[in-house]
Amino acid sequence: MNIFDIIGPVMIGPSSSHTAGAAKIGYVARKILAKEPVRAEIDLAGSFAETYRGHGTDRAIIAGIMGMKPDDERLPQSLAIAEKNHFPYTIRTVKIPKCHPNTAVVRLWAADGDSAEIEGASVGGGNILITKLNGMESAFTGQYNTLIIPHNDTYGVIAGVTQALAAFRINIGNFRLTRQEKGHQAIMTLEVDGDVSRELLTLLRALPNVLHAVYLHANE
Amino acid sequence: MLKYRSLQKIADEAMKNNVSIGAYVLKDQAMQMETAEEKILEVMDRQLTVMEQAAVNGSAPGIRSMSGLTGGDAFRMLEYGKKNNTISGDFCSKAMATAIAVAEYNAAMGRIVASPTAGSCGILPGVLIPMMQEKKIDRQAAVIALVCAGGIGMVIANKASLSGAAGGCQAECGSASAMAAAALVEMAGGTPEMVLHAVAIALKNQMGLVCDPVAGLVEVPCIKRNASGVMIAITAADMALAGIRSVIPADEVIEAMREVGDSMPCALRETAQGGIAATPTAKMLTLQIFSKGEKK
Repeated sequence: MNIFDIIGPVMIGPSSSHTAGAAKIGYVARKILAKEPVRAEIDLAGSFAETYRGHGTDRAIIAGIMGMKPDDERLPQSLAIAEKNHFPYTIRTVKIPKCHPNTAVVRLWAADGDSAEIEGASVGGGNILITKLNGMESAFTGQYNTLIIPHNDTYGVIAGVTQALAAFRINIGNFRLTRQEKGHQAIMTLEVDGDVSRELLTLLRALPNVLHAVYLHANE
Repeated sequence: MLKYRSLQKIADEAMKNNVSIGAYVLKDQAMQMETAEEKILEVMDRQLTVMEQAAVNGSAPGIRSMSGLTGGDAFRMLEYGKKNNTISGDFCSKAMATAIAVAEYNAAMGRIVASPTAGSCGILPGVLIPMMQEKKIDRQAAVIALVCAGGIGMVIANKASLSGAAGGCQAECGSASAMAAAALVEMAGGTPEMVLHAVAIALKNQMGLVCDPVAGLVEVPCIKRNASGVMIAITAADMALAGIRSVIPADEVIEAMREVGDSMPCALRETAQGGIAATPTAKMLTLQIFSKGEKK
């Protein structure tokens, strides 16, 4: 914690959890898709579902999906901007069993048919926790530099990734592996110290059986 | 380096070095964040600018919140203040109007500084801006006062909580008010000890305040509590500057505040199930707000 956690962040109101955190969830979904989204489906659960209109949670998530940060002054007009840009979206309220009180599921599609799905919770003070990635369990906050690497579930992929990081002198602070089914797709989530360069990211993406590599910078 | 777990420790260090709490926290934060003091002042100056813009924008007569529940009260307060016959005087009416303006702007999806939270974002601007405009405190002093307030807030965050869901409104508006009282004493040139007494007095005066927002929205009673939070900060600061001491030390008051927060039932911690949120009018308004949404 430092002084700007107390005198800050600068954000669009009214609520750090229902507005600023929601915008971050939308923004992370966009980063996971890693392409310009052309369509979105949003499910809101818990207190998000009950109070989203009064807190502008819908506007905040759509703003994040369109690449706006929580302090972007265009955030309140995001629904109108989406309409103007012919960006179709749906917002539903749903019940998700045992989820955090402020939870949203965001599904995005790119023009080429690629899609991404994240489930995220706004856990207070504008901080978030991504709980699911493309249907697989996850747990990262975006407060640290984070690498998200979907890959084929086979031997040697993890070794390849960690070796590449070692070659660039990047220390791993946290590592998480999830998979849906043996031998299908799996996702590595790595929180790292130091900054991942474009060069390293390109190298990671070129590794055998690595399907993609997404990098979330902590201060982004 | 400071651990921000004891206000007394910060005050002692500041006095030992013969500087204000703001100046000492600034030096420590520059060290901890591995940056220059000027860099921290520069960012803090930007935060102050966001507060000033929010105060101006929130004072417009047409401001309305998303739910339609609130808006326009800052304008009302300013117009009333112009007649020069307010009970609390010019400075206090401006301070209240500023706090309401920023809090209303927040509810209207305006750009604000969470300080420490969005729900209590009007309180620090409510003391800083009138001090610059009415008492001619220079901007640099206001920026240092904001650093002082931040240092106080870190200790409260570490020893208790700044979140209404965890500790009730005493943790949000109460903490903001204590931080504002500290900023006022710092700007007025009071000693580090006076800063601590002001913090203790402000916190004691909001001890036990519950978080009970109507319809779960950051509007009623939050916005008006920003105005009263400013007034508590002003009275606490003036008492401390007069040499009045808090019988109970600030660090102990913060611990008491944590215990009170821990023993608060869930219904009174931002769940909109108790207090003002559970009154018949609040329930009726909640139904109206949500049914209005359904028709869209």
